[in-house]
Amino acid sequence: MTFTQFVFYLFSAVLIFAAAMVITVRNPVKAALFLVLAFFSAAGLWVMLEAEFLAIALVLVYVGAVMVLFLFVVMMLDINLARLREGFGEYLPVGAVVAALMIVEMGVILGPRHFGLHRFPLPPGHAAGYSNTRELGLQLYTTYVYPFEIASLILLVAIIAAIALSMRSHRRSRHQDPGKQVQVRREDRVRIVKMAAEKKG
Amino acid sequence: MVSVGNELMTFAVPNMAPAAPEIFLAGMACVILLLDLVLDDSNRYLAYLVALASLVAAVGITLHGFHHRALYTFDHMFVADRLSDVLDLAVLGLAFCVLVYSRCYLRERGMFRGEYFVLGLFGVVGMMIMISAAHFLTLYLGLELLSLSQYAMVAFQRDSSRATEAAMKYFVLGALASGMLLYGMSMLYGATGSLDIPTVSAKIATMSPHNVILVFGLVFVVVGLAFKIGAVPFHMWIPDVYDGAPTAVTLYIGTMPKIAAFAMIMRLLVWGLQELAVNWQEMLIVLAVLSMLIGNVVAIAQTNIKRMLAYSTISHMGFFLLGIVAAGPVGYGAAMFYMLVYAAMSLGGFGMVIVMSRAGFEADRLDDYRGLNQRSPWHALIMLLLMFSMAGVPPTAGFYAKLLVFQAIVNAGFVWLAVVGVLLSVVGAFYYLRIVKLMYFDAPTDTSPVKVEPDMQLVMGINGIAMIAITPWVGTLVSLCAHAMRAMP
Repeated sequence: MTFTQFVFYLFSAVLIFAAAMVITVRNPVKAALFLVLAFFSAAGLWVMLEAEFLAIALVLVYVGAVMVLFLFVVMMLDINLARLREGFGEYLPVGAVVAALMIVEMGVILGPRHFGLHRFPLPPGHAAGYSNTRELGLQLYTTYVYPFEIASLILLVAIIAAIALSMRSHRRSRHQDPGKQVQVRREDRVRIVKMAAEKKG
Repeated sequence: MVSVGNELMTFAVPNMAPAAPEIFLAGMACVILLLDLVLDDSNRYLAYLVALASLVAAVGITLHGFHHRALYTFDHMFVADRLSDVLDLAVLGLAFCVLVYSRCYLRERGMFRGEYFVLGLFGVVGMMIMISAAHFLTLYLGLELLSLSQYAMVAFQRDSSRATEAAMKYFVLGALASGMLLYGMSMLYGATGSLDIPTVSAKIATMSPHNVILVFGLVFVVVGLAFKIGAVPFHMWIPDVYDGAPTAVTLYIGTMPKIAAFAMIMRLLVWGLQELAVNWQEMLIVLAVLSMLIGNVVAIAQTNIKRMLAYSTISHMGFFLLGIVAAGPVGYGAAMFYMLVYAAMSLGGFGMVIVMSRAGFEADRLDDYRGLNQRSPWHALIMLLLMFSMAGVPPTAGFYAKLLVFQAIVNAGFVWLAVVGVLLSVVGAFYYLRIVKLMYFDAPTDTSPVKVEPDMQLVMGINGIAMIAITPWVGTLVSLCAHAMRAMP
């Protein structure tokens, strides 16, 4: 076993272990942290595949931004795990059968017969000065400029949708207006009611 | 650095003219977004008028650049052919009507905001991108642009728990469907080594149609498509979303996206995977029969008109799929005609629900249509025409649509399918005619007159009358559809 193979198996084992922990661990914060570990291991595998840019983007975007945001959400919401796990045992047998069936089916199709190394030989390696990021950038802004622009439209729609769905007009929120507080007059607050004197009978 | 210069030198700026309507509309959506910042509620209608004007201008641009042969641009990712022109025009026209219909509804419910028009226009751009896609990537991105706009529009009534629940269901199931579609596409990519639809098609022609990976990918693609059009057994979201969303949004998601879905089926199944037709034919037969059966039978049990129309949508998708199953230019032409007629009928049906509603009253129960003839004979007549057309009563447009689809399927050798279809359309006629009975033979529970704004009255009238007035031009329309099919590369 060469060193590369050893590193590959190490990353793969950590990745599978972390992914399994994400869905089995009870504490959602721990699950999120295991997901971070899974992303790191996947990034390591990508570096080995000479996809340095994707690896860095995975760490920066998913680990750096998405997962931190996710952790915030998990910590801020009071998630009732007992209720989430309700009926788990009830659905387990059916779920396990379906999952096992799908694994077997996918194994048959996605196995080495159709996607083995003899069908997809190792691509030639690149020279030392080869920059993955530059090649991606060139492709993105020339050949793939049209999908790139559509993706930017999708992001714009996401921004508009998020703002339209979450921003409340300030009239509804409770806030103080110091100007009005200062200008308040006695007549606005106090009402003098004249009543005839009454005698308790 | 020299090499960068050389590579950039070889980059030719793509020809943007074929994509002019899409670019224009996306630009106008941004203009409305900015315009809306400076508008307050008293002159908000300016954003609405600009949205309408942009749609009209986009129609003009599309007509100006009408394509007689397929034109590719953006490195073969975008195609403009006669099919895309005809479908673009249909989508733009429907979008215009949808905006006109929804104006009063939105204003009465405090939803008359610029975001609605911006999201609506971006959705239209997404549909036009799907219609003109020649690449799996652009097809998927167009679909996501459309879906994202729709999820947000369904949730637009933030204080309504039903709308929020509908948006959540739509979002989760829509994301699942997108995932299926993407997984199928990735399998096809793995088998053929390309995402470019014509290349995929050429590559598949050299392989066996029973290649396991191809069929595996095809299954996921068909499941994704079935989710998106709402064919049984992937229909669960349709009634809940149609019912929970504000009617103006139901009108939006019930009309134009069906045409975009048709384009997606044409581009993916027919253009890309025609060689696998023997496989997808069988899958679509199951989907079609189940959709016609479940849609028509369950619709009978509904007391809510929006849910009833939702199940009617499911059954119509079954009839539409029959045309695709016929797997030939005639069948595709019939399916296209069916989809166009269905979009117009659905526009009218949900439009009538809006006509009948007013602030604080949704008019979504069947009982709200009792005795409509006494309250407003004109609206009762329009509803009658729409229901007859949906049921397929001659000589309405819906009848010709069904007839053509059945003809295509019989010619393709599936006589039993046509028999099943005819029987189930008879079952379906029951619930359409029940509305006619409620309108004409029952006494009204509410005798207040139906008040409608004049512009909506006009468009609604044209929409309803078109169901029957179109009869002399059915031949022209059908040959237009057939022509568009033949022009597809």
